[in-house]
Amino acid sequence: MNDDDIISKMIVLHSTFTLPSDLVIKIYESKADITVKETCFGLIIEGKRSVVDEVARDMRTIDPNRIFIKERGVPPGDPHRCRVGRGGGPKPGFHQHELEFPFLPYITSALEEIERGEGKGTKMTRSLPIHIETFKDIIEKEVAQSK
Amino acid sequence: MVKVFIYPSNSLILSDLIDRFGHEPLAVMREVGKKIRTAGLDSPPINITPEDPKIGLKYAAVEVPSGVRGRMALLGPLLEEAEAAVIVMEPDISFGCMGCARTNELVNFLVRTKDIPILELDYPSTEEDAKAFVHMIHDFLEGLGKGGE
Repeated sequence: MNDDDIISKMIVLHSTFTLPSDLVIKIYESKADITVKETCFGLIIEGKRSVVDEVARDMRTIDPNRIFIKERGVPPGDPHRCRVGRGGGPKPGFHQHELEFPFLPYITSALEEIERGEGKGTKMTRSLPIHIETFKDIIEKEVAQSK
Repeated sequence: MVKVFIYPSNSLILSDLIDRFGHEPLAVMREVGKKIRTAGLDSPPINITPEDPKIGLKYAAVEVPSGVRGRMALLGPLLEEAEAAVIVMEPDISFGCMGCARTNELVNFLVRTKDIPILELDYPSTEEDAKAFVHMIHDFLEGLGKGGE
């Protein structure tokens, strides 16, 4: 990994009070040497790794728990991904975002809990499949009730 | 800073949380980016260089479908760098670079053969689970910062 490598990052915004335009203005103010594209979900930024990482860190400070950042393989407006040249349809990668996007408000609440020092040691409840004997009992009870 | 392999490798939430908590996410986007910016490839990252099958053959035999070996050319180098891993079991949606069930099985197997700390989770389906998901990742990464588990 070289600091001079050109990389892209997606800045995904899930906020009710910060807009992509607010972030763009901050980037213009910083005079960082990067390309910025405003999108429906936030921004895509591209430039040297060292500059992009620094800008991403700065962006996160604007609204830390509602800004989500990941590296993106393709540059903004890349013809391999842009739907104009591909005849429409979702972009590769869209489905993963579609799956994860509804959880972002919950991730925000969890991050706020971590900030307050709450929730340490919380575990997920893993729902195991019901045992066949239990299921048979339920069926028998239901059938008996319906008679 | 610990290099943490994530699965699904294109996950926004995992990539963000690992970066946010001070570690380096090993995501497939980095490898795709290298391909995209390599001059001379017609339709990156779908087409490959002569080097890619060689990399893929380190992980899968020659009779294994080329799609698996091609994907392993991207994911293999990340696995080798991994010092820890956060794995989401059976994610609902695996499309594109993550859309090959056999590659995903191989990646999960190879992660487990490495002697590294692994956190296994499910994608959350409720608010409580989503919060616990973040707390578990936070606690796991905090443990790595203190010298591993």
